[in-house]
Amino acid sequence: MITPAPVAECIVLQDCIQVPSTPGKSNGPFLLPNLLFGYSDLEPYIDQATMMYHYNKHFNGYMTNLNNALKGTLSANLTELVLNPTDSTIRNNGGGFYNHGLFFRIMCTASRSETPSKLLEDAIIKSFGSMAQMKQQFAAQASSRFGSGWVWLGVLPDGKLGITTTANQDTPFMKVQDIQYQLMYPFLGLDVWEHAYYLNYQNQRSSYVDAWWNIVNWSQVPKKNNSHPLHKT
Amino acid sequence: MKIELAPLPYDYTALEPKIGKRTLEIHHDKHHAKYVNVANQMIEGTDMEKDDCATIVMKSHKAGNQGLFNNAAQAWNHDFYWKCMKPGGGGKPTGAIADQINKDFGSYDEFKKQFEVAGNTAFGSGWAWLSWDGSKLVVDKTIGAGNPITDGKKPLLTMDVWEHAYYLDYQNMRATYCTDFLDSLVNWDFVNQNFASAK
Repeated sequence: MITPAPVAECIVLQDCIQVPSTPGKSNGPFLLPNLLFGYSDLEPYIDQATMMYHYNKHFNGYMTNLNNALKGTLSANLTELVLNPTDSTIRNNGGGFYNHGLFFRIMCTASRSETPSKLLEDAIIKSFGSMAQMKQQFAAQASSRFGSGWVWLGVLPDGKLGITTTANQDTPFMKVQDIQYQLMYPFLGLDVWEHAYYLNYQNQRSSYVDAWWNIVNWSQVPKKNNSHPLHKT
Repeated sequence: MKIELAPLPYDYTALEPKIGKRTLEIHHDKHHAKYVNVANQMIEGTDMEKDDCATIVMKSHKAGNQGLFNNAAQAWNHDFYWKCMKPGGGGKPTGAIADQINKDFGSYDEFKKQFEVAGNTAFGSGWAWLSWDGSKLVVDKTIGAGNPITDGKKPLLTMDVWEHAYYLDYQNMRATYCTDFLDSLVNWDFVNQNFASAK
């Protein structure tokens, strides 16, 4: 459902991340969220060049395409667009914009990575046996993703935690005909498109996946979201 | 027989500055090699052990064996892709394919436009193809390991648009890679050979 709003207002994403509004910087309802770290802050795990291309070109590109597709709309609900994409343009670019928004929000420099909250750690242990087993399953799913896609850790409809992988820019609560993933509300996601790691890791995706845990900003990974899209009818 | 990893038809530096040595080293020696190795492991001890690559592609596709199809088709696609390029290649074709392109597309420029669109719009990982469908040329795009032989078409030319094919040299600029491929890399002699066999 789209309701008009003044362009100068902050756009609030469903996951309560406020995107600061900069007049004139966007041609549609969505703005690129600020990067929460410097381009080189994730080194050596993710290199500066990759960060720059990934944020300024790929992430920005999805936003631009999404805004173009929604031309004339002043504001829109990103989660609704992703939940029920009306066509492949919205599916690919809405998904791309949502997925990258989450991805960039949950990373930080290694020294600030910390550990998951007790609540999250307990939930992980309950669902997977241990953190190590969770990471093992995550790595297996990442390797199994043929071509472009994402790996996700999230909340399943029954409240348990699960891991799944989606193709291209599909988000795991997206309702589309050809679903081959577990429906879930993701709170952690890893981009395994080659653009996410190729400059530094080339073909070695599994090395990138292993390294990535060093820069997960666990303080930004929500414990649970009771109003996630899967609970909506 | 085992699927073979043939060496590149040219030196690793031959396609510079468009496609760099490092790209060819990793693309051929790592990505392509892995598809070949995995496919060979998968066919060992099966009735496909003695089949050629194209046959394995067709059989695995028919059987819905996605894992084997992905690896066998990628082995086939890459072997074909290397031959579709040459140093000092690209530009307008001559010979029979040039005439057929004019016939079926109206002009080379129109074919070029369609081929670039196919390459640019294969979302995620995929390939752009020029094929013979039995009566005319067609431009297609496929996703993942997709190959037009499973549709009964005869491939004449392919361009890899998986990001690993161009990311070290072009980063996000896939469109530039697609244009450079046509302007500077296409081995039209190989395409003409394929066309002669297909017709």
